[in-house]
Amino acid sequence: MTGWQITAAITVALVAVVTFYLGRRSATLHNAAQDFDMARRTVRSRRNAAAVSGEYLCAASFLGIAGAILTDGADALWYPIGFIAGYLVLMLFVAAPLRRSGAYTLPDFVEGRLDSRGIRWFASLITVLIALLYLVPQLQGAHLAVTTLLPGPGWAGPVAVIGIVLVTVLGGGMRATTLAQAFHYWLKLFAIAVPTLVLCVVFIGDGGEGAAAGLGAPAPPTLSEDTTVTVDTPVELQVSAPTRLQAHGVVNGAPADGDVVWSPEMRHDVAAGTTLRFDGGTPTPVVVGAPADNGGWLAPGGGGTWDLFGTYSLLTALMLGTMGLPHILARFYTNPDGRAARRTTLHVVLLLGLFYLFPVLLGALSRLYVPQLLVTGQTDAAVLLLPTSVLPGIGGQILAAVIVAGVFSAFLAATSGLVYSVAGVISADLMPERVRDFRVAAVLLALTALGVALLPREPDIAHSIAIAFALAASTFCPVLVLGIWWRGLTARGAFASMSVGGLAVLTALGLDIASDYTGGWAPVFIERPALFTVPAAFVVAVLVSLASRGTRPATVNAFMLRMHAPDRLGFVTDAAIPRYGRAEERLRLSHGQGRHRR
Amino acid sequence: MRPVRPATVERVPGVPSHLKGELDQPTKPKRQRVVLGGPEGMPVPSLRSRMELAEQTSWGEMLIRDLINALLRWSTAFAVILVLLLGGLPLLFWRLPDIASFTVVGVPIAWLILGVFVSPVLFILGIIYERLSERHEREFVDMIEN
Repeated sequence: MTGWQITAAITVALVAVVTFYLGRRSATLHNAAQDFDMARRTVRSRRNAAAVSGEYLCAASFLGIAGAILTDGADALWYPIGFIAGYLVLMLFVAAPLRRSGAYTLPDFVEGRLDSRGIRWFASLITVLIALLYLVPQLQGAHLAVTTLLPGPGWAGPVAVIGIVLVTVLGGGMRATTLAQAFHYWLKLFAIAVPTLVLCVVFIGDGGEGAAAGLGAPAPPTLSEDTTVTVDTPVELQVSAPTRLQAHGVVNGAPADGDVVWSPEMRHDVAAGTTLRFDGGTPTPVVVGAPADNGGWLAPGGGGTWDLFGTYSLLTALMLGTMGLPHILARFYTNPDGRAARRTTLHVVLLLGLFYLFPVLLGALSRLYVPQLLVTGQTDAAVLLLPTSVLPGIGGQILAAVIVAGVFSAFLAATSGLVYSVAGVISADLMPERVRDFRVAAVLLALTALGVALLPREPDIAHSIAIAFALAASTFCPVLVLGIWWRGLTARGAFASMSVGGLAVLTALGLDIASDYTGGWAPVFIERPALFTVPAAFVVAVLVSLASRGTRPATVNAFMLRMHAPDRLGFVTDAAIPRYGRAEERLRLSHGQGRHRR
Repeated sequence: MRPVRPATVERVPGVPSHLKGELDQPTKPKRQRVVLGGPEGMPVPSLRSRMELAEQTSWGEMLIRDLINALLRWSTAFAVILVLLLGGLPLLFWRLPDIASFTVVGVPIAWLILGVFVSPVLFILGIIYERLSERHEREFVDMIEN
């Protein structure tokens, strides 16, 4: 273990300890059990916005965006835009009414609005699916971070993340999490902004403008020095000009050992364990499907009509999926009223906009400094490797350690938020009454995600997260938007819509995984299905609701009034107060005023 | 922001004062009166109009229907702007690649727009929407009160 690896491991441990401390602090300050259940709705909007952002900025934001930009260039710029715009859509259609409805989770909302127990159960099931799809890339990111930086085995990363999260979630509480998550936002912002700015200064100081001009050239990125790359997962590579290299291992199904020249006419199938050696100045082969030369990388929308379809589909998924993410929704409940929910969302737009400047810069820099990642396809490691490539020596190692702290903060914040909010849903709705226990649910969910994450699959974090968004957009978005704005939505309509949208996305996901293993034949609308599945879910919801008009719940008018009447009229009655407001809750209030700052 | 009166807990008369120190034991919940907090100095809306809304009389129902429609109109208008803005850019870059490759101080304009300028525009849209919807809600409450 080299010195800087020890530094990196220490920073990760520090992040974990601070997270745990913040989680414990207010829980032990007063009586732990009483704080455990949930935050009361009295957190200031600015801190709440930082907490929402802290919980939201996950592996996809920290590693995935830069990785996607390294591979796809300008087309990947739509990821941050979609993530930010998702909050604007949330603010326009959902934030205030949902807060006033008093629902703590999506199943709460669905049950209250549609007055049906069955649909609550179904919504809980989908919540768990979304959470799993969202958790797995986080853990795969942890795997990647450990294999890239530390000498230990890769599985140690996800196992450590799950361990820390379980200890924090089981020992802390939701109120405590607000503080911890707000801390995570500022930590992540610091951990990405400072290294980015330093690297940019170094880059410009090195006369980087000349190098940057090369990014616009119609030539592939070149390796600056002799490079040896070992392929861990099988990849299919393409080159744009005849390329000379040494290969040791299996290429195109045949054993290779020594000098070869790859021609641009064919694809080169490289098996796992193969070592490729390139001389300095060699143009970098890239994974099939990515723009091969810098000109195509720099220009947006270089491909055909289907490329355009892919962009729109991605935007649809990200913009409409945000409102269906279980951990984000639970956070909104900590706003005192609808107006504060709107303000929180607005702050989140600002905080995310600030953060996403930096991964974009890092992604662009990594095209110049770590193009060898294009060969292995592990482009998500770009952010981790960039500091030591730009700035060899102690300076780069310090920056890398700072980035590692931010990366693990991203894994921990998103994972603990999801496990906390979804374990509540599981224990309340999906477990038999005899064994109903929050802790058991949290452990079950975390271990399931861990199991899936340890299956071998080439991770593309940004893409995997986009699938979770697509599922949320195709199931909960129609139910939320129609449920809030249209009296006509019925339980049958919602059920049909969620089934159609959910099944469509899951089918696409299954085909996509199959195609990953069998040569990548899946067309764009399988990889990014949202542009088809979201409208389909909306249409089904409207049609089935109209057909079952007679079953509109009797409570709909009262519910609409509660959601839309301005806060000052005082129609908001929290559904959760009778449910959660037990004797301990009322007792806790007697502890004085200091606990409930605005 | 207006001053806010925090939630208070009043002791219900009749609880013997020697039990005060034992409030920490959750096994012995005692009766307490929780007075919910709220904004101070705000006029409470007149009871009659609030009742009419709550009971969904024809007048109340019409009012709330109008409110929902007005709010929805605003939200939809902003969503249309958002869709035109974000939906227009990929189409623009796709139809006119020359615009996308136009550079300003060495950076292609597509990267500048997508990486830097879109998010402030989204934030400004959000600010305008927040102002509008708060004003709209204020007007609705004023109307109810009179």
